[in-house]
Amino acid sequence: MTLALIVFLPLLGCLLPLLTVRYGRSLCALATMLPPAIGLFLLWRLSGDVFAGKVLVQTWPWLEQIGLNLSFRLDGLGFMFALLIQGIGLLVILYARYYLSKSDPMGRFFAYLLLFMAAMLGVVLSENLLLMMFFWEMTSLSSFLLIGYWSHSTDARKGARMALAVTGGGGLALLAGVLLLGHIVGSYELSAVLAAGDLIRAHSLYPVVLVLVLLGVFTKSAQFPFHFWLPHAMAAPTPVSAYLHSATMVKAGVFLLARMYPALADTDLWFFLVSITGMITLLLGAFTALFKHDLKGLLAYSTISHLGLITLLFGLDTKLAAVAAVFHIINHATFKASLFMAAGIIDHETGTRDMRRINGLWRFMPHTATLAMVAASAMAGVPLLNGFLSKEMFFTETLQQTQFGNFSWVIPLVATLAGVFSVAYSLRFIHDVFFNGKPFNLPKYPPHEPPRYMKVPVEILVALCLLVGLAPAFTVAGLLAVSASATVGGDLPYYSLAIWHGLNLPLAMSVVALVGGVLVYAGRSRLYNWYEGLPVLDAKLMFESAVQALVRGAGQFTLLLENASLQRYLAWMLVAALLTSGFWLLQLPELRGDVAMTPIDGVTLVGALMLMAAALATVLWHRQRLIALVMLSVVGLFVALAFARFSAPDLALTQLSVEVVTIVLLMLSLFFLPRRTPVESSSLRQVRDLVVAGFAGLLVSGLAVAVLTRPYESIAGFFLANSKTGGGGTNVVNVILVDFRGYDTLGEVTVLAIAGIAIYALIDGLRLLTPVTDANGRPWARDAHPLMLVNLSRVILPLALMISVYIFLRGHNLPGGGFIAGLITAVALILQYFASGVQWTAERWRIDYHYLAGAGVIIAGLTGLGSLLFGYPFLTSTFEYVGIPLVGKVELASALLFDLGVYLTVVGATLLILTNLGKLSVGRNAGEAS
Amino acid sequence: MELLYAITLGVLTSCGVYLMLRARTFPVVLGLTLLSYAVNLFLFAMGRLATGMPAILGEAREYADPLPQALVLTAIVIGFAMTAYVLVLALRAQGELESDHVDGKGDH
Repeated sequence: MTLALIVFLPLLGCLLPLLTVRYGRSLCALATMLPPAIGLFLLWRLSGDVFAGKVLVQTWPWLEQIGLNLSFRLDGLGFMFALLIQGIGLLVILYARYYLSKSDPMGRFFAYLLLFMAAMLGVVLSENLLLMMFFWEMTSLSSFLLIGYWSHSTDARKGARMALAVTGGGGLALLAGVLLLGHIVGSYELSAVLAAGDLIRAHSLYPVVLVLVLLGVFTKSAQFPFHFWLPHAMAAPTPVSAYLHSATMVKAGVFLLARMYPALADTDLWFFLVSITGMITLLLGAFTALFKHDLKGLLAYSTISHLGLITLLFGLDTKLAAVAAVFHIINHATFKASLFMAAGIIDHETGTRDMRRINGLWRFMPHTATLAMVAASAMAGVPLLNGFLSKEMFFTETLQQTQFGNFSWVIPLVATLAGVFSVAYSLRFIHDVFFNGKPFNLPKYPPHEPPRYMKVPVEILVALCLLVGLAPAFTVAGLLAVSASATVGGDLPYYSLAIWHGLNLPLAMSVVALVGGVLVYAGRSRLYNWYEGLPVLDAKLMFESAVQALVRGAGQFTLLLENASLQRYLAWMLVAALLTSGFWLLQLPELRGDVAMTPIDGVTLVGALMLMAAALATVLWHRQRLIALVMLSVVGLFVALAFARFSAPDLALTQLSVEVVTIVLLMLSLFFLPRRTPVESSSLRQVRDLVVAGFAGLLVSGLAVAVLTRPYESIAGFFLANSKTGGGGTNVVNVILVDFRGYDTLGEVTVLAIAGIAIYALIDGLRLLTPVTDANGRPWARDAHPLMLVNLSRVILPLALMISVYIFLRGHNLPGGGFIAGLITAVALILQYFASGVQWTAERWRIDYHYLAGAGVIIAGLTGLGSLLFGYPFLTSTFEYVGIPLVGKVELASALLFDLGVYLTVVGATLLILTNLGKLSVGRNAGEAS
Repeated sequence: MELLYAITLGVLTSCGVYLMLRARTFPVVLGLTLLSYAVNLFLFAMGRLATGMPAILGEAREYADPLPQALVLTAIVIGFAMTAYVLVLALRAQGELESDHVDGKGDH
């Protein structure tokens, strides 16, 4: 419970600063200090166990199926990091209280800081690797928020984005690596993974795992070539730099190196990848730091260099090197955090961080100067300070290497060289800022000492540097031993923390570094001039242009597929459909099956030719829309004939009546649309469309041939056998519609009604220009309602209605039924609208088609429900023969009632559609858009 | 006969697809109608081509498959509703955008 509490306290504590900020800045800072203070107390309670060498693990099951548990682990390494995170966290909170100006929203800052603290604690205390990944990404996100805290500044926003992109990207690689690790080991629990080092190293996926994990490490810890984000993250407020970019977050990478050391280290690949990367970073960082005029820039590159040093130590792959690495992690955290705080104080008091302007501050702030000078000396590795001790150990280890063979001397050489530069830039930090003449053009003059409590954190850290440097055995030895042994996963070889080891090679290297550093600094002006002549590599510019190029590329790729042209989308979809279905058609060994074809007769041949000719004519004349429409109606008629020819009288009747309605509909809409289609498609586009259309035709023909010439089994037998006995009708098609598959039909008439209402809604309020003339510029005929048509239509109406009743009634036994009867009724009524006008008809035929369509659906539905009353399933039909005098025996089926519903819906929906379209042209003068 | 039927279907489909790929709404509706003819005929033929044997009990000794017929019957009616809906969308576009281009591009 305790471990989880340490992690979750700051997470929940995020709310504290937000809630208390209104009661004053000091109270807000105090409240923020609570979670880490309690955390430190809890940690202290556990320290006994940790120093006894125990590993505390606490587990709660979470998502066991994917191997994710809420499990935490505390050993020496985790303890050391948790101590750093919370201890330095406390100091940073105190410092930030005085650093942040009154206009900065303090609650938000502290909330982010606690969020980050929780994430960081989660990383170092997780036992489950997936859980660690969760916190790892959380550190990236919270550091994004912290770097971009001054969101009004472009630099802050861009720096934050860059840091997130680099560390987040590395996090993804790490996730992949962790998943592979879990795959190899069979568990994500750290105990299991650390114990399976041999298994992992022997696995064929080991190089992949190693590279992926190292990508995560190197991006987080700003190793070459991913180091460029760290200097740009300096746009963050200085407390953030002191906390994240020296003591904690950038250490998450090297923490992972330490954590994974027993599982992944001890191979040549590890040695080369880690040590060479570390070496390059060490040298590059130290070298570049010297030339940064920005105070924080210098510290940022120095941090990169020191991180490289730690990485190199882990890469050297000996237990003593690991001890030195852990030691340097502690030392670097203390002196670098204090240096950042000192830099923040200087920035705060002078208004600038440019070392060409800040000079001679010794006279103005001797107290701060003393602190900063001690910390900078520790950074340079001056004896009697903590930096000296770990640097000596580092030098010793570089001399022990033989892995590079004859080139093993390279490592100590690089180390000494980096030491020279490190002394030089530390010297610059001291001399440029505090001496070197007078301040030049400061925004705030004269500078003076900061508030008392702002210096307290620096004093504590500098005191630690001194204490560790003077009396390592009494201060850091225990912590170092327990954390280092947890790192290497076993007992440690003998090592000495003594300050004086006698006259030996490492000491000579230290002396060379100190003397060389002074000499380099002495010749600095010539070096600066030379550096100015180097080509400038602006990481921000390169990163931004890379991001922009990526966005542009993605945009172009999207445009390639999606250019807002529906024509193109349709073409793509058709091509996709052709390819997918064509592929399987081509898999057939033979297109034509075994079943013999039936002979062709002359009439059918002529019909088919007419149909094809009409279809082609529709395409050919599609620019003259009226002619195309006439051609289309010919196609429809022949389709109806085809149904009749192949034993489907119901279909033929339906097709015929639908055809009439459709053509009327098309004519009506053509009235409002342009009469002609302009030539728009390029010839190439036309060829493309022809090819697509041609292949579509081929595909359908091929499919039809393939199916029609193969044997076939149908479930028709059931319907034929049960139609009369079960459904009480001899027209099997109709019985299927109203009985066997009544549920489908109910759905379909509902869709029809919905379509009618939707069309009503679309037309409602629509205003269209009514053209004055036809396509050829001729005015419309004056006689809108020709006498002959009017009279004929009135005579036809009762006849048509009678026929529709007849068709409806006989539908159960002979071709007909609700659908067809409904369409015939609709056509008969539309003819009245045509002949006599909407107004005339509406006056005499006062029926709201909404209600008609709705009533149809309700009747059909109720009929279905009726069967429930008698204990039968929904839509079960029944029938009875009733003897009526004079007429004879008549069959009454409940299905007839259902068909009535269908009939009413079809009439209602069809008229709803057509009359609403017709109304568009009523009640306004020609040429007027009213 | 089956081959002739298949070729007719192919021609209908090609004509329909070509018109659907045009840039103006009205030809697209024409193409859609042609394509739905082809689809209906295709579905209908899945019950095979039968001559002179409608599925009306007592009228013949053998019967054509009634199931595809029933399905196609509703498909024809729903096809009408769809055509009507697309047409009204086209009209609406004409009213709002004063263009009958499928992408709503203005003519002027």
